[in-house]
Amino acid sequence: MVKREPQAVIADALADADGVAGAVAELAAELARITTRPWTLMEVCGGQTHAIVRWGLDQLLPPGMRLLHGPGCPVCVTPAASLDAALALARRPEVILCSYGDMLRVPGSAAAGGEDLLGVRAAGGDVRLLTSPLQALDLARRHPQRQVVFLAVGFETTAPATALLVRQAVALGLSNLTLLLAHVRVVPAMAAILADSEHQVQGFLAAGHVAAVMGTAELQQLVDRWRVPVVVSGFEPLELLRGVWACVRQLEAGEAQLNNAYPAAVRRGGNRDAQELLATVFQPQDQCWRGLGVIAGGGLALRPAYQHLDARQRFGLVLDSPGAEAPEVCIAGAILRGVARPSACPAFGSSCTPDHPLGAPMVSSEGACAAYYRYRR
Amino acid sequence: MTERIRLAHGGGGTLMQQLIDREFRCLYADPALLLHDAAVLALPHGRLAFTTDSYVVQPLEFAGGDIGTLAVCGTANDLAMVGARPLHLSLGLILEEGLELVLLRRVIASLAASARACGVTIVTGDTKVVERGKGDGIFINTSGLGLLEAPEPIGPAAIRAGDQLLVSGDLGRHGVAILAARHGLKLQPPLASDCAPLWPLVEQLLAAGVRLHALRDLTRGGLASALQELSSAAGLELLVEERAIPVAEPVARCCELLGFEPLHLANEGRCVLVVPAADRQAALALLEPLGGAWIGAVGEPGQRVLLRTAFGSERLLVPLSGELLPRIC
Repeated sequence: MVKREPQAVIADALADADGVAGAVAELAAELARITTRPWTLMEVCGGQTHAIVRWGLDQLLPPGMRLLHGPGCPVCVTPAASLDAALALARRPEVILCSYGDMLRVPGSAAAGGEDLLGVRAAGGDVRLLTSPLQALDLARRHPQRQVVFLAVGFETTAPATALLVRQAVALGLSNLTLLLAHVRVVPAMAAILADSEHQVQGFLAAGHVAAVMGTAELQQLVDRWRVPVVVSGFEPLELLRGVWACVRQLEAGEAQLNNAYPAAVRRGGNRDAQELLATVFQPQDQCWRGLGVIAGGGLALRPAYQHLDARQRFGLVLDSPGAEAPEVCIAGAILRGVARPSACPAFGSSCTPDHPLGAPMVSSEGACAAYYRYRR
Repeated sequence: MTERIRLAHGGGGTLMQQLIDREFRCLYADPALLLHDAAVLALPHGRLAFTTDSYVVQPLEFAGGDIGTLAVCGTANDLAMVGARPLHLSLGLILEEGLELVLLRRVIASLAASARACGVTIVTGDTKVVERGKGDGIFINTSGLGLLEAPEPIGPAAIRAGDQLLVSGDLGRHGVAILAARHGLKLQPPLASDCAPLWPLVEQLLAAGVRLHALRDLTRGGLASALQELSSAAGLELLVEERAIPVAEPVARCCELLGFEPLHLANEGRCVLVVPAADRQAALALLEPLGGAWIGAVGEPGQRVLLRTAFGSERLLVPLSGELLPRIC
């Protein structure tokens, strides 16, 4: 599925830029008109955070209204232990370690030296950048003497493509391809935030792309269980503001419902083919999220029929418990749970920058700290 | 059998002589220069500009150009950015053992064609061959001599509050063409690099009497990095209108998919211009037919670049950090 980011608004509307800006201004005015209290909302997805900060949308909200930035950056929350395993494998001469671009500069745990995959490549490791998981099949076929390991990360948006890779690898009988799995599920993380007694979230803007794959049923369960408004939102300025408006309208009326403010991409049932693929290959498991800790049902594991493709099993890796992942000064956990902002961190912009990240939200361009660093300092 | 570069092509013997005679002769306006250890130049009277740059692009060929086009335009453009007419280039080639000769021939043809397009002559050169695995096909270094034709020095020190910021064309085409070639992205329609000489534009601006306070070619790091450098060097804030910045739709779409900021993408035939407010219209009259545009203005003392979004909110425009990597989702 194609992600539409705000640049596209401008691209789409080169002839009609005034129209988009006008619609945004109108919606902002309407939002101000219906708002009577300083509501606090959380946008779940890192792509949404990035768009909000990039376009300064928070500057257009009524005074006192706050947007908290959620944990929806899969690169950020990939546990340091998985990174450490990837780094260790990438150093082995027989291994070709491949993953998505922004994973390559995420540092492993401080205890293991805090190196990233680009550093391992500079030291002679064979680290490859993929834009599609299926490229790993090609690598495995072209290098039969080597072991190809795919570090598979992402939410339910990228997990179906990993599932397809697994099925293909089995169909082709490839014996030199394995996966280091770190896929995460977004709704259990939203539930974990609500279960935290400190949480301040009064309404969610849910991640549109995850809903496009998974449908809205699991979000409805969240609404029913926690009595919190959830609005499925897109990623363009106008779509995000529509999400905020729909959420505030519910809050002002004392309601808690599920709204779909991204109908262009999201249908109630989601993408059945993708869901079926996921269900065949993966099963939910409790998983550690970097900065957040273990989340019940927060990750995906290979079903028993596919476990021979698990790199941890193939290489006999023992994953240490996460332990101290970030230096004490870093408040990544509080930021990912939405109880603090990046600017509240003493390390932000000084000892912690995108070139030398200390904590999860600074490591990927879509993490909240990186977005603030890029647009706000 | 495929003809390939061998170590002996750099060994100083007969193979090397053959390579020069057969393949490199077309580069030289005056082939007699090939026979000497150094070029002897009769230069016009005046102030000279001198610059050097090395080229290590992968892949060597991409839509709209190759490493040869870059090696000539890049260095000639650096001269143009101080208001100098590019005159002469040196050409240092480092070839990797095993390089296919047909590829080298295509690059040499590009070098020759680009030199003609830029109005420069290649006057001296050198070739070395390194063992397979110790190079990346072709590395090129070019140095360039140019004659200053701008009446006043062009540079950050000349920038004043109230000056206007312009760009010479739409941004990011080269960056997208390279990233697409590097990561095997099949863009439809394909995007070609913007690699082109900038001196013809600068010459026209000077002829029209436009006072050029500063020029900067927008290579690696793109507009964002160039503006930050100008702001830091001048000690003045720059204010940019995002909606005014020209980005072609296919570039914007590619950025949207891969998570790139178009203002961080490399260009090889684009520059940012700083001119006094009174000269803005005269400059735009020459820039607009090329796709250029007004993008902002110089503000108060400070060292930052502020960007106003299409919605009237403001944010910082910061230079690229690290390398451009496609994101996961």
